[in-house]
Amino acid sequence: MANELIFLDAAALAAQIAAGDISSREATQAYLEQIASVDNNVHAYLAVDGERALAQAERVDAKRAAGEALSPLAGVPLALKDIFCYEGLPCTCGSRILEGWRPPYHATVVQRLLQADLVILGKVNMDEFAMGSSTETSGYGNTHNPWDLERIPGGSSGGSAAALASFQAALSLGTDTGGSIRQPAAVNGLVGVKPTYGSNSRYGVVAMASSLDVPGPFGRTVLDAALLHQAISGHDPRDSTSIDAPVPPVVAAAKSGDVQGLKLGVVKELGGDGYEPGVTAQFEHALQVLQAAGAQIVEVSCPHFKYALGAYYLIMPSEVSSNLARFDAMRYGIRVGDDGRHSAEEVMRLTRQAGFGDEAKRRIIIGTYALSAGYYDAYYGSAQKVRTLIQQDFVKAFAQVDVLVSPTTPSTAWKLGERVDDPLAMYKADLCTIPSNLAGNCSGSFPAGLSPDNGLPVGFQVMAPPMADDRLYQVGAALEAGMGSTLSQLVGSEAWEALYV
Amino acid sequence: MADMALSVAEVAKLADLARIELSDEELARLAPQLDLILQSVAEVSEVAGADVAPTSHAVPMENVFREDVVRPSQSVAAALSGAPVAEDGRFRVPQILGEE
Repeated sequence: MANELIFLDAAALAAQIAAGDISSREATQAYLEQIASVDNNVHAYLAVDGERALAQAERVDAKRAAGEALSPLAGVPLALKDIFCYEGLPCTCGSRILEGWRPPYHATVVQRLLQADLVILGKVNMDEFAMGSSTETSGYGNTHNPWDLERIPGGSSGGSAAALASFQAALSLGTDTGGSIRQPAAVNGLVGVKPTYGSNSRYGVVAMASSLDVPGPFGRTVLDAALLHQAISGHDPRDSTSIDAPVPPVVAAAKSGDVQGLKLGVVKELGGDGYEPGVTAQFEHALQVLQAAGAQIVEVSCPHFKYALGAYYLIMPSEVSSNLARFDAMRYGIRVGDDGRHSAEEVMRLTRQAGFGDEAKRRIIIGTYALSAGYYDAYYGSAQKVRTLIQQDFVKAFAQVDVLVSPTTPSTAWKLGERVDDPLAMYKADLCTIPSNLAGNCSGSFPAGLSPDNGLPVGFQVMAPPMADDRLYQVGAALEAGMGSTLSQLVGSEAWEALYV
Repeated sequence: MADMALSVAEVAKLADLARIELSDEELARLAPQLDLILQSVAEVSEVAGADVAPTSHAVPMENVFREDVVRPSQSVAAALSGAPVAEDGRFRVPQILGEE
């Protein structure tokens, strides 16, 4: 039997902790018990940090007892994607090449979580260096979708989503480079937001594609995600791409959910053939809910979106090939072949062969090709031009409507193993999410109920202009109010019982 | 595979440039996948005309400067804490130059 405390959403838990009705220690203990009960089936966690979590919880309880002011999420237990540096705990990034590496400092967003008195339960699984849509490229085994343990949890932040959906944390943090927060949120029935690029610090976040990466929140409710968004956001002088501007009023937007008169643009190019009928059906149902809440729905065309996937799979690997060059077996991680007979360069080659998985190798090689003399203009150069065209599509669209909407991903969670040897099929999971990474605007996935085809969660994507992140939460809250909770349908179901077997 | 964009030999050369050792089995498995990926992204060169300016970054950026003053930083011990091999406050690396 699960401890009832884990079913409180983060906002409610924080309120009860602040009121002294529940201690943070009790809540943290309840989550540690849930991890002990179900994670042998879900395999979300790579490292659980129970002792430090309980110590942090006790500090929060002591603060409250002393009458000190608490932050809005004080005492709430959270899971970190294993891409964030958290001093004292290993940071593998899902890769064998970093096995055993312990960062000597905190990422800025981690520092902010600690300052806001959140409790970090541990680090969770991910695709290797955030490269994948199913968490199967992790060097540390598969994570399973709590809705059906034979299915993928999405990726790359699959551990963050699976941990939250199986109530092994009250909140979780991920990163999004091409959809790595939104797609796992969609296939787990969660809220997941990719904030405006540059609005959340990348300092201490292991880099994949630096012009695209952004940390962001997962929540079981829209308000929970907004509260976490607020806690981690804001300018950081340690990240030279950090935007020096006030955080948009995301929490107020999540509390209001007023979409009266708001103009929603349905992106014509993100739907139709190739989308599961159940995904399309739930998307249309969500549109009706929003229309009933007072939103205006119009169709918008973004003609260059169909080239986004191609541009992304040139720009991203190019940045990957450069960023992953730092894993050279000299300064951190594993070292292979250092037996006195191999040169430094040979050790580098052998270490990178042993430490990187197939997807990392594929992307490094594609990136090396796209950046090489003779091909640069045709590949990387052209992709950068397409990036311009996609940005222009967004600018034109946002001149007509307040937000753009689409399904988050063309399908519900597929079976583990189904796309492992078919990189192109895997890449198509990011079809709808990639445009916002290329253009840098914010975008979120909100639960849109279960697909009538297979009873699995469907995500509704909302895209807004840069630094208008509050609009995402405004629409998300209206959807939540009109459709009810998707995740609550998991608790008590047959799938739920299977977590405890 | 008459129209291959990327041959096995080319993949081997690229892996060499990227300092990744690949076995024959890995080359045989990865080369056709990479060829397929490249073919599928090649369409970007068809839409991007000469009149379109490239974008390298999503948000317009200006260079960021700070005062050139000494600030607290990681200790040597912390910086070396993750090193595969360290010695005398430095990273120890395998030999860099060959025998001859």
